[in-house]
Amino acid sequence: MPEPENHPDEAMEPAGGTGATMDLAQDEARGLERPPGHETAPGGTTEKPRSLWSDAWRDLRRNPVFILSALVIAFLVVISIWPGLIASGNPLSCNLANSQKGSAPGHPFGFDNQGCDVYTRVVYGARASVTVGVCATLGAAILGSVLGGLAGFFGGAGDAVLSRVSDIFFGIPIVLGGLVFLSVVTGTTVWPVIGFIVLLGWPQIGRIARGSVITARQNDYVQAARALGAGNSRLLLRHIAPNAVAPVIVVATIALGTYISLEATLSYLGVGLKPPTVSWGIDISQASSQIRNAPHMLLWPAGALSVTVLAFIMLGDAVRDALDPKLR
Amino acid sequence: MTTEPTVPSVPTEPPLLEVRDLHVEFRTRDGVAHAVNGVSYTVSAAETLAVLGESGSGKSVTAQAIMGILDSPPGFVTQGEILFRGQDLLKMNAEDRRKVRGAKMAMIFQDALSSLNPVLSVGNQLAEMFIVHEGMSRKDAKSKAIELMDRVRIPAARDRVGDYPHQFSGGMRQRIMIAMALALEPDLIIADEPTTALDVTVQAQVMELLAELQREYSMGLILITHDLGVVADVADYIAVMYAGRIVETAPVHEIYRRPAHPYTKGLLASIPRLDQKGRELYAIKGLPPNLLHIPPGCAFNPRCPMAQAVCRADVPPLYEVSPTRASACHFWKEALDG
Repeated sequence: MPEPENHPDEAMEPAGGTGATMDLAQDEARGLERPPGHETAPGGTTEKPRSLWSDAWRDLRRNPVFILSALVIAFLVVISIWPGLIASGNPLSCNLANSQKGSAPGHPFGFDNQGCDVYTRVVYGARASVTVGVCATLGAAILGSVLGGLAGFFGGAGDAVLSRVSDIFFGIPIVLGGLVFLSVVTGTTVWPVIGFIVLLGWPQIGRIARGSVITARQNDYVQAARALGAGNSRLLLRHIAPNAVAPVIVVATIALGTYISLEATLSYLGVGLKPPTVSWGIDISQASSQIRNAPHMLLWPAGALSVTVLAFIMLGDAVRDALDPKLR
Repeated sequence: MTTEPTVPSVPTEPPLLEVRDLHVEFRTRDGVAHAVNGVSYTVSAAETLAVLGESGSGKSVTAQAIMGILDSPPGFVTQGEILFRGQDLLKMNAEDRRKVRGAKMAMIFQDALSSLNPVLSVGNQLAEMFIVHEGMSRKDAKSKAIELMDRVRIPAARDRVGDYPHQFSGGMRQRIMIAMALALEPDLIIADEPTTALDVTVQAQVMELLAELQREYSMGLILITHDLGVVADVADYIAVMYAGRIVETAPVHEIYRRPAHPYTKGLLASIPRLDQKGRELYAIKGLPPNLLHIPPGCAFNPRCPMAQAVCRADVPPLYEVSPTRASACHFWKEALDG
């Protein structure tokens, strides 16, 4: 039968026994090196306190995939805030006389159907993608981790209800859902699209958060903190959340890439962002029928979208490798 | 004048902790496991009670019930009282009970590495005690943390206050756990196998520290252990548990000299001793009972060398052996003499 106590009674567990001895030797040595009152230890003998996060950061800094993707993302963020830095034109000032023309001096990517400068539109399109990606991810991560975390911590009926509700959301095909929900929305802002992605995206993150909170709350230190008088909110915020947040960050970073491509998909289908908002998805949609006449119209925004999505997914992979040593 | 003075007006001080007829069960898928079946014990201030028993004897579950940290579900206290200074903890609401934990009674766990939060520095975790319970400022709490680390004799406490649990040795980590438990100078400490995960030399140091601090603060201490060697030096009283019941209670020295229960005798006989080197070590035959199906009568009867027909039929009550001793054995007289 399952052992109801948490504490095995064997006189000495093999790992605990030998580990403690070795640690002790090291520790006693360190203790001697540092007499009390000696403020700074002699150089080289002390390592800086290493936490999960500082370990992860050390790993990331050495990972070329992380550096490359971080540079691409930094660049995207900068141009989505200040597109004027690298594109002097106006994405909405178009001259039909230039319709579908190839690259020309000052217009390296050529012109689209409406005679707008493709280069300018690709640069300005970053803003929509990055805004939707970042906001939707933040929203889904916050909603998902709050609901999933509470469900995992308290369990019981609330947990059961929430799990079934997220099952229902999982059952909605995301593109079909987008066609249904967003086709009734009028207006050209990014918010309905973000709202829709958050609505369908939070169950995924909620499920991860719930699982990792359940794992974390079973740790002995949570029990110990409870035995020393910590209340529920303190247990959750201080002892459980920091130990459960890593998987959520990983999933959210990877989800960011997929949310950007989802926005492009919805815009392509005509239910996402709508003109005059400049979006890669809209441009791809308009170019797709002209691919044989003017492939440049499709290739540049599609290329920008691919690079962006790839950068975020690579970043997510790198973060996962750094935060989850078990996956190595 | 009558010779007998009447003393009606002086109420007797209730003992620090009194557990009365505690029953705890775990409702599992396979059935109800009766982990604790009517445990009673008393701990006074400045006194150490050692609770001895094998895995599954209910000693840790009793402690969790006292602390109010039983995992519920599946664990439920079904009967009994836990009186702390005369007040029944089981009748308190959750928030009052939480305030008792840490401030009035604290617990030390077996494995200090897993009992400390890996992402917080030890200084932070110690300081938290003062911030949570006394609303102290972060800065004051930190200097109290350093003071505590000094108190449990961690070398260079000031330098190490920012270190993380994994940077300490097993013994040092257990010292930190002790410091956390002591932080608010509670009246009662429950130490659940505090030295089991440590190696032998460190065990002695940690036990010594715990005993010394207990004297200094005159706290009550419940020491849960399966190690008779640890108990001898520090405990005042011993309660031996088997299958969720107390089978024998006695002052520590008497139990070593003349156990009054065959189970206690078996435990004492199975301690390795230097003068018996080369001989086969005694072991109590059989296995502890399955708590889902505790045998009828005395739970120890299938393993007991003295078992008779009555042991399979009747649950033995706690017989009074002497004013300070009790044994739950139908044949305690024979056990005492044999």
